[in-house]
Formats: sequence, C-alpha cells, structure tokens
Amino acid sequence: MQEPQRSGPLLQVTGLKRYFGSGHETSKHATIKAVEDVTFQLRAGETLGLVGESGCGKSTTGRMIVGLEQPTTGAIAFRGQDLSGLSAKEWRAKRRELQIVFQNPQSALDPRLSVRRQIREPLDLHRIGAPSEREAAVTELMEAVSLPHELGNRFPHEISGGQAQRVVIARALTLKPSLIVCDEPVSALDVSVQAKVVALLEELQARLGVSYLFISHDLRVVKMLSHRVAVMYLGQIVEEGLTDELYDEPLHPYTKALLSAIPDIAMALRRHDSRRIVLQGDPPSPAAPPAGCHFHTRCPFARERCRHEMPALRAIAGEGITHKARCHFAEELKVAS
Amino acid sequence: MAPILSVEGLSVGFLTDLGFRETVHEVSFSVERGKTLCIVGESGSGKSVVCQAILGILARNGRRTGGRVLFEGRDLCTFSEREMETIRGKGIGMVFQDPLGSLNPIHTVGRQLRETLILHTDLDERGRQRRAVELLRMVGIPEPERRLASYAHQFSGGMAQRVLIAMALACNPKLLIADEPTTALDVTIQAQILDLLNRLKTEIGMGILFITHDLGVVAEMADDVVVMRHGRQVEVGSIQDIFVRPQMAYTQELLASMPHLNRKAPIYRENA
Ligand SMILES: Nc1ncnc2c1ncn2[C@@H]1O[C@H](COP(=O)(O)OP(=O)(O)OP(=O)(O)O)[C@@H](O)[C@H]1O
Ligand SMILES: Nc1ncnc2c1ncn2[C@@H]1O[C@H](COP(=O)(O)OP(=O)(O)OP(=O)(O)O)[C@@H](O)[C@H]1O
Ligand code: SF4
Ligand SMILES: [Mg+2]
Ligand SMILES: [Mg+2]
Repeated sequence: MQEPQRSGPLLQVTGLKRYFGSGHETSKHATIKAVEDVTFQLRAGETLGLVGESGCGKSTTGRMIVGLEQPTTGAIAFRGQDLSGLSAKEWRAKRRELQIVFQNPQSALDPRLSVRRQIREPLDLHRIGAPSEREAAVTELMEAVSLPHELGNRFPHEISGGQAQRVVIARALTLKPSLIVCDEPVSALDVSVQAKVVALLEELQARLGVSYLFISHDLRVVKMLSHRVAVMYLGQIVEEGLTDELYDEPLHPYTKALLSAIPDIAMALRRHDSRRIVLQGDPPSPAAPPAGCHFHTRCPFARERCRHEMPALRAIAGEGITHKARCHFAEELKVAS
Repeated sequence: MAPILSVEGLSVGFLTDLGFRETVHEVSFSVERGKTLCIVGESGSGKSVVCQAILGILARNGRRTGGRVLFEGRDLCTFSEREMETIRGKGIGMVFQDPLGSLNPIHTVGRQLRETLILHTDLDERGRQRRAVELLRMVGIPEPERRLASYAHQFSGGMAQRVLIAMALACNPKLLIADEPTTALDVTIQAQILDLLNRLKTEIGMGILFITHDLGVVAEMADDVVVMRHGRQVEVGSIQDIFVRPQMAYTQELLASMPHLNRKAPIYRENA
C-alpha cells in the first residue's frame, strides 16, 4: 500500500458506460448497452455490495475497474489517478493493487497449472520474495481459505467447484492488493466454509484496510459484509444507500421485489409465500432498453410519466442524503407501503 | 413402480499423485417420479462426482469402485456407450456446475441448442428453430431470437447458466440432474426458474436431483434431502426431518452457519 492519499476516495467511478457491438448476423440494432452511466465511489477499507438482476452489467463494471474491459466512456480514478489512460505495462504494475476474483472459478483457472503454482504465479510474475518465502506464503494462503493441503499438486479439472473458487480467492490475495473486485466469490461454498472465507475477508479489511467491490446474488452475505449497497437494473444503478437503510426500507420498486424474493428456510414448512413480489413481464433487452424509466415495463406502480421520462438517481425527501433512488415516485410509494 | 433413479452403495475413487484413493463412499438414495431430491453438504464432499458417476462421465483418472445406478429400474452399467448417449440427451438432462466451461466457445448458443434437438428429437428445421427460441424464452433470456446468434462469452454468468438449463430441458427429460444451477442468478430470476422446474415436475412428472449450497432453495424445492460430508452421506430424510429435526451434528452446524438477515450490517468508520 503506497502513497496513501487519505483525502478523497480510493476509487471513484464516474459516468461509466460499456456498449458491445454484436458484430455478426443480426446487426439490426447492434449495440448491447451493458453498462449505462454508472457512478460510485469506494473508500479505503470500505465494502460496496453490488447486486441486481442477472445480466444487468455487474461483472462488466467489475472488469472495467481492473482493466480487463475498456469503458466506452467514463472515468475510473484510483487514488486520484485516471486508469483509462494506462498502457499495458503500467497496468501490469497496477495489478498488484487491483485484483479480481472471477465469477466462473473453474474457467478462470489456468488448466496447465497445479493448485500451488496457480496461487504462487502472481508472486513469481512480480518477483516478490525468495522462492522459499513464496512457498510459505502459498501454504499460508491455502490454509486461510480452508483448502486441504493434499490438493496442492492437483490440476483445476481435478478439484471441486468450491475448491476452485477458494484457489481463485487465494490467488487474488497473494499480492495483498488494496482493492479486490469480488465477483460472486462465495457462490460455490457451503455455508460453513463460506463463513470462514467471509471472516477472512473481514479480517484482511480490518488489518490491512482492503476495499471490496462485492458482487453477489447472495443478499444475506451482502448484508453481512457491505457498508453500502448499490442495486443495478439494466445497466444503471437504481438504488444506493447504507446497507441497513436499504434493506430496512427499500425505496425503488425493483429493490423491493428483489428483497422480497430471498428464499426463506421457513418455506420448508409452508409452501406458499405471499410476501413475494412476482415481477410480471419478460426482462427487457439491454440492446433495446425501454424508454423513460428502464423498469417501467415490469413496475407495478408505473404511470404515464414513467414511459417517457427517465428518472435520475437522487436523494429522496425524508431519507438521509446517503440513500438514493432512481424513481419518480419514490416519496409517494414510501407513504403507500 | 420403480423410482426413476436409484443409486445403491455407490463408491468412487481417483488416481492422484498420492495413489488411488476412494473419495465417495457408499452413497445410496433414490429419486421418484415427480419428486425433488436435494443434495447439500460440504464443498468437496463428492456431490458433483456422484452426478458424474451416475452419468458415466467420470474423469479419466476416476473409477467407480462399487455400487449400482439404476435408471427406471435398469442398471446403467449394462448400457453401451451409444445407449448412454441417448440416455444423457433424452432421458436425463444435465446442468453442470461450471456453465462457461460446459458451453462450446466456438459455436453459437443457437447452434448448440439445435444440435441437441437434431440428436434427440424428430423436429424439422423450422420446428427446431421454434423450440430453441421457446426454450430461451422459458428461462427468461431477453430477445431470444437475437440471442441465439451469440457466443457463450457474450453472455453474463447467469445467462450462460440459464442457457444450460434450457439445453437440459430441451427434450423434456424424465430426470433432471442440476448441479448448482442457480448460483449466478438473482433471487427474482431464480424464483422464476425454480417455478419452471416445479411446474415440469408436476406437469410431466420429471424427477429432479438438485445440488445446492443455498438452504433457502432447498427449503423451497426439496421433497427429500441428502447431506454429504467427507465423501459420505451423513444424513438422509424428508425436508421436514432435515429442517425441523436434524439428527446429525454436521446438519445442525450447516443450519446454524446460515447468515441471518436480521443481523446488522457493518458501519464504515474513517480511520486515519
Ligand atoms: N463480450 C461481450 N459481448 C457482447 N455482450 C456482452 C459481452 N459481455 C457481456 N455482454 C452483455 O452485457 C450484459 C451484461 O453482462 P454482465 O456479465 O456484466 O452481467 P452481470 O450483471 O454480471 O450478470 P450475472 O449476474 O448473470 O453474472 C449482458 O446482456 C451480456 O450479454
Ligand atoms: N479428477 C479428479 N481427480 C482427483 N480428485 C478429484 C477429481 N475430481 C474430483 N476430485 C476430488 O473429489 C472430491 C469430491 O469432488 P466433488 O467435485 O464431487 O465435490 P463437490 O461436493 O461437488 O464440491 P463443491 O461443492 O465444491 O462443488 C474433492 O475433494 C475433489 O478434489
Ligand atoms: S419511475 Fe415509474 S416505472 Fe420507474 S420505478 Fe418509479 S414508479 Fe416504477
Ligand atoms: Mg456476472
Ligand atoms: Mg461440485
């Protein structure tokens, strides 16, 4: 951790966009608007949970932050420095500070490297420590993520999904980065191993001030780890706030639907859940997002205005300034519910 | 009537740098028509290996060391490789744990779906195209016609996972084996997929073998539950037994480790 620019956030993302051209056969309306105008910041030692519909642009956002994907427009500043202008060589040096835990662990691992080599590789690439120190570091990391010692010489196709996920996490931790984009980092772990990994992430944050962009569909884990949460829908952030205020009083109709759908153990005894808000209609395509509010095709409260005027992400009257939502009628809906 | 699937005393081992080791020991369970059996348990306990052994697709260094697998009462070991291929496409649909790794990177998703349909149905070309679109729509992929022309890497993690589910369901299988099929789905789309599976379960009597770490999903899906640890099955029971009267310490530990929603979130403190 160098040049600890204490003023200002560690990471500032502003007006981030990522469009994909489809490039083949059907090129009628070619662009997929994967990320549209995403803005947020992350402070040292902070965790921002990023949640939202499958396909809404979370991984694309994370990949842009670690330089694996070029933004179409927008700025990513890390310790005040704009990352978009970095050359490949400068990126290699930055890699030490910015790491990602990939969503698909089994595909993210190099099939030719054994588990130990895989975890050690970043240390080799950056020439950190003597070989014996590197080996010791690998052993320590494997223990920290509860990977059995005897897996060391196995190859990625010879380990289980959750074991691969722990290898990916260990590899991201080797360089002691300041910021880790965690893309579904615990989705393949049983709750007991998951609790250990979550505790490890918390401990690293408390001790070294690591920041996490924590992308996950597991809203329980997100609540446990995140200081703040941002909810995405179709490329945009639709709600943002301190974790407890967002979970206790969701303001955006999409967030309400999302939180109401968390599977509940009590369901084992009672098969019908009336609290669940079922979204009607098909998820819209990011190639042709609905005009006005992107959510209006499925929003139970949509009105005429929603069909042509896009709401801004804004603080809502009667809520703290930290709690923002992208809905014309958030104040009214709050009273109604 | 015989259950769709019954696994009797299944054991599996692998040859590794430490020699041949048995990793799955005498696992037994059965899946009835129109019922869902969930396997939960420790990561690395052998859940995926059990599925691979059922389908006869163990890695080359792996071998079944004991037990039998009966599909509709017939021992799958006695089947030829040809017959197994038909069973795998038509009789048993399979959703693997690693969605990206199980889609072919060099063919479009549409082509892969149509190939499954060519092999296992007698639909004509137009019928196949229609079915492919219908399948993607069923799993909630927006603009399915257009998305058929996309490649796996152009899908998000959860979209790739849903494509696999669509492929597994393409031929209305009698048994669906789904290994962590909703880990990349948000809870609203997950609820829709679970509804879809439950509908197929009642409508066409599909049996489901469902592996998941999400105990909330187990609560919503399972008729019966198998709990695994260290390659053994530590507890088997109905959903009520497992959630209300768990007998084994490990099952109790799992239930107790589940994060609670009523816990307070951490609060950020600026430290100098
Ligand atoms: N290389 C690419 N080419 C074309 N489209 C892409 C590409 N990568 C992503 N997309 C599209 O961008 C959108 C956002 O994808 P992204 O992977 O960011 O979603 P996500 O929020 O991570 O979803 P999930 O929760 O399912 O992982 C999707 O519609 C996806 O199909
Ligand atoms: N080809 C192989 N060679 C050697 N060992 C293997 C091989 N495939 C799996 N294993 C080992 O067998 C054990 C069971 O693996 P399996 O993939 O079934 O676990 P799992 O219960 O599915 O775990 P997860 O929940 O993490 O996916 C693991 O310890 C794994 O490392
Ligand atoms: S702006 Fe309108 S459509 Fe959008 S979330 Fe609010 S009420 Fe619903
Ligand atoms: Mg993703
Ligand atoms: Mg597995």
